[in-house]
Amino acid sequence: MTFQPVLLARVGKSDSQKLSTYKADGGFAGLKAALAKSPAEVVDLVKASGLRGRGGAGFPTGLKWSFLPKDHPGPIYMCVNADESEPGTFCNRVLMEDDPHQVLEGIIIGCYATKATTAYLYIRYEYGRSYRVLQAAIDELYADGLLGKNIQGSGFNLDIYLHRGAGAYICGEETGLIESLEGKRAWPRIKPPFPAIEGAFRKPTVVNNIETLACVTHILARGVEWFKSIGVPPDPNNPRDAGSYGPKLYGLAGHVNKPGLYELPLGVTARELIDVHGGGMADGRQVKAVVPGGISMGFMTAAELDTPLDFNGPGKVGCLGLGTAAVIVVDDRQSMVDVLYNCCRFMAHESCGQCTPCRQGTSWATRILERIREGQGKLADLAILMDIANGIGIIPGTTICGLADGAAWPIKNAIKKFRPELEEYINARRVAKEPIPPEEMHPHLHLVGLHDPAQRAQAQRAL
Amino acid sequence: MSVLTVAMRQKIRDLFPRYPNKQAVTLPALHMVQDEYRCVPMAAIEEIGALLELSPAEVFDTMSFYGFFREEKDKLGKRRLWVCRSLPCMLKGGEELLADVCKKLGVHPGQTTPDGQITVEFAECIGACDGAPCVLVDDEIHERVNADQAVAAASK
Repeated sequence: MTFQPVLLARVGKSDSQKLSTYKADGGFAGLKAALAKSPAEVVDLVKASGLRGRGGAGFPTGLKWSFLPKDHPGPIYMCVNADESEPGTFCNRVLMEDDPHQVLEGIIIGCYATKATTAYLYIRYEYGRSYRVLQAAIDELYADGLLGKNIQGSGFNLDIYLHRGAGAYICGEETGLIESLEGKRAWPRIKPPFPAIEGAFRKPTVVNNIETLACVTHILARGVEWFKSIGVPPDPNNPRDAGSYGPKLYGLAGHVNKPGLYELPLGVTARELIDVHGGGMADGRQVKAVVPGGISMGFMTAAELDTPLDFNGPGKVGCLGLGTAAVIVVDDRQSMVDVLYNCCRFMAHESCGQCTPCRQGTSWATRILERIREGQGKLADLAILMDIANGIGIIPGTTICGLADGAAWPIKNAIKKFRPELEEYINARRVAKEPIPPEEMHPHLHLVGLHDPAQRAQAQRAL
Repeated sequence: MSVLTVAMRQKIRDLFPRYPNKQAVTLPALHMVQDEYRCVPMAAIEEIGALLELSPAEVFDTMSFYGFFREEKDKLGKRRLWVCRSLPCMLKGGEELLADVCKKLGVHPGQTTPDGQITVEFAECIGACDGAPCVLVDDEIHERVNADQAVAAASK
């Protein structure tokens, strides 16, 4: 039996953004169910559903809510993370653009459960359409008494404000987001204290992702049993596994015939995603590598395509995790050196610069890959890259946030899983096709000599 | 002569009740200024600081963190054309698209055409990966475009 989409059920229907059509389709049944319960009961229900955050870390949502201090005098804030910037990821944008009320209903339920009276929806600037659609939807909700004072006669008050970002990946890290919201540079905070204790404006704060909150809407409307009937139960051999329940939006991009957004039960394999939903590989090519959930998660090989894309699967084959379930498919024509370079360059560009190992490590890795791509690499470069990857991140304990772990993982996976190809590239002194030379792309680096051939040769001799 | 108009000052003040402190209005205020002037002049930074009860250095510190905002010497053109170069777009020719756009307009990434119409920039993932290669014209996404289409979208 094919899976019937829930989160995407209304996407693509005419006027799907309107409150009237949302209500006609049964919208706000979840909020009604929530308001009939106490906030604590809603938290327990979401806990019981096993819902885990969809933004990348997979932390149990109900548990996160339960960390808020009990009987706090307030205010408590909710920050909705719509800074979706992980390469390959676009599911939040589709939800916001095509079914904003589903998302907003989840926010209202989440705020009721956590006793938050203000929600800041931090949305990346690039999502202009989402911003405008959401603002129109919020205006409709105020006019209808579903936002503001005494919502539906419940005595519960809530304001939702949109707050636009300014093009920085790090704002998706929850404390980076909070700093940015507060009007500062988005430097992630040292934890603890976690946001639940001291978050936005030094008050208890819960940070949730858009897709997570859309799931909350359906858990309230359809019940815990429905949610748990979808997906993968906890691995009995892993006492720390909280299971992978519910529907998930899988982004599919890269060298497949039908890239798109597919809603499927958690646990679909990469092979099914590519062959059944993605219409197979483009141009009849073969899979070389698959990114399971945004580039931070690293790579799976063609031999690992039967890995279930649930919260446990990618980790079992050495990836960092499921991440955002944004699957990027790379075919056998593509050089892994170019793929890895692209990942490293992204991380170097988006490192916020606060922690030295990340700021310097991501740049070193990028410079080394530039050198390899100029035909100037040495086999020892792979060992240097591995050293960098092993030394940066929360896992080795050298950085404040996980950006560097996400920078390390593509390097670790590429060297471990594609070493023969990387060595062949270096030994054959292959040179990459460079549509734009680095000194034009990054002229400020040229000015300080980082792309100066003489300086580079000197640096190589020194190694 | 102040850079912030009376209307802009009022719009900034209107946002104060949304947040427990005024510093949180920094990004919204910077957006307002850049939307209007295509850059954030130093004088505007001082005026925002005065409105938000911050030192200009605090406002500048925040502004300079986000590569998004431009100083006066780097003023944006009428339209900013961001060409995505992240992995999903790169696999579908995003880097070639960026090179083609630059060649067509005679600029390097980061530069503005002499007529002041288009500033070309590379973008990191703009979240339209199933429509790769994609570009952003200010804040509107255009999917599966070639250089001609991208430039046409930014020429309006």
